[in-house]
Amino acid sequence: MKSDYSTPLDVDAIRADFPILHQEVRPGVPLVYLDNAASSQKPLAVIETISDYYSRYNANVHRGIHKLSEAATDAYESARRRIQAFINAASFREIIFTRNTTESINLVAQSWGRSNLEPGDLIVSTEMEHHSNIVPWQMLAGQTGAVLKFVPIAEGGILDLDVYHQLLEEGPKLVTFTEMSNVMGTIPPAREMIEAAHAVGAVVHVDGAQSVPHMPVDVQALDADFLSFSSHKMCGPTGVGVLYGKREILEAMPPFLGGGDMIKRVELGQSQWNDLPYKFEAGTPAIGEVIGLGAAVDYLGAIGMDKVHQHEQAVTKYALDRLSEVGGVRVLGPEDVSIKGGAVAMVLDCAHPHDVAQVLDHHGIATRAGHHCAMPLHQHCNVVASTRASFYLYNTFEEVDRLIDGLYKVKELFAR
Amino acid sequence: MDDLYREIILDHYQNPRKKGKLEPADIDYAEDNPVCGDHIHLTLQIDENDVVKAVGWEGEGCAISQASASMLYETLVSKSLDEIRTIGKDDVLEMLGIPLSPVRLKCALLSLKVLKAGAYGLTAWPGEEED
Repeated sequence: MKSDYSTPLDVDAIRADFPILHQEVRPGVPLVYLDNAASSQKPLAVIETISDYYSRYNANVHRGIHKLSEAATDAYESARRRIQAFINAASFREIIFTRNTTESINLVAQSWGRSNLEPGDLIVSTEMEHHSNIVPWQMLAGQTGAVLKFVPIAEGGILDLDVYHQLLEEGPKLVTFTEMSNVMGTIPPAREMIEAAHAVGAVVHVDGAQSVPHMPVDVQALDADFLSFSSHKMCGPTGVGVLYGKREILEAMPPFLGGGDMIKRVELGQSQWNDLPYKFEAGTPAIGEVIGLGAAVDYLGAIGMDKVHQHEQAVTKYALDRLSEVGGVRVLGPEDVSIKGGAVAMVLDCAHPHDVAQVLDHHGIATRAGHHCAMPLHQHCNVVASTRASFYLYNTFEEVDRLIDGLYKVKELFAR
Repeated sequence: MDDLYREIILDHYQNPRKKGKLEPADIDYAEDNPVCGDHIHLTLQIDENDVVKAVGWEGEGCAISQASASMLYETLVSKSLDEIRTIGKDDVLEMLGIPLSPVRLKCALLSLKVLKAGAYGLTAWPGEEED
């Protein structure tokens, strides 16, 4: 049965790299970690890189004329170049370190948005977005008088591209959408959507929080103007995110936060901004975390993002097929894994999503219950919440079997 | 697992008592638990002596939140507003009689929060974490 679902990865070898996976949540109940869309686990290579930084060369970057500071600066800037290569950006100056995807999006909204939008200008987002790709634009609309419109979700959990093209005819200044839904896993046709937006003169921001960790992303092939993503969802530490932006657009933008490191020269009356990317990196950055993210992209790059994606497609396909056997389970979003990443949100007839997650937890299976920071999406699906299983490169077909067994336990409990 | 979803919880979840919205209502208050999307909307009719005359509620959410509402609201009729003021978190938790993690405490206590905030205003609700 499982032989129908082939993976290009040596998953046993990969699992050996992740110490946290080898534990029992209670005696005899091994952990099954299926909450990867919320945060991924970290391989030993990342943990040791961070430990090594703090053990051997912890110092501030970009200023100290001493050995440790030079070592820290080298490691920090080397990480930037490896992350640049990971998403195929044209220049290291296009890689800006933030705290997370949310801060990256707020940077674009507050810096680019406030200096480019006027009352009545149109921003286009979608109903499929995480709250972090809705709320910053609502705030920006309130500040500038711009108008925010949303592409609805069509049948099957995909974007309604007819409405998207109609909205483009209204001449939006900015288009922003996720490259992979954090709830339904939907992968929209990003390349085609960006091309159409550029044809009407719009600037495009892509939320890559779910896509960059799980599939190959090439910003030049995509031709995105901005791309935001987070370290902690892609085997790296928490506390660091990335904003990619095209150099000529970033050059024209005012700073987001003011402070040290983002200036060339400060006088009491005025200051001169630093070059990219430092113009957008005020204050001491998350040095150890950036270096850790560098180790994470090395790890993922060595395995190959195409293989990571293929593996997750196989596991997701297996999960969807097995879920259809359970009965009384509604899966939100597409069921075709060519347009769906490894996020499977479900609703059971017999029990509330929160109760489902609780029973699964009892059997060692970590999922997420709730609206997953996507309330408009759940309103579209006419459900208050869902239970989400989300996969990564270290999840196995056997773990999907454990999930299915757990769902049968839920049905048993609530059917009595 | 059987501790958490014991028979009385599942019974109240599957057959909630006092369901329905009162119109008119003297107290009408609703609140959500944003963590898991639980929703409880409580309506009460109060007589001239400040005693609960009738109770009706609507809601959706997990078994813990909905059973808690059913069990708590079932006890309200003929209680005075002063008596309701004395109902505490421990009373609700004792009534449920199940071990709860901090996250699920929010589910279990949403019914009490709605009752207190509806009857006395949100400042009467100290939050789940204190004590």
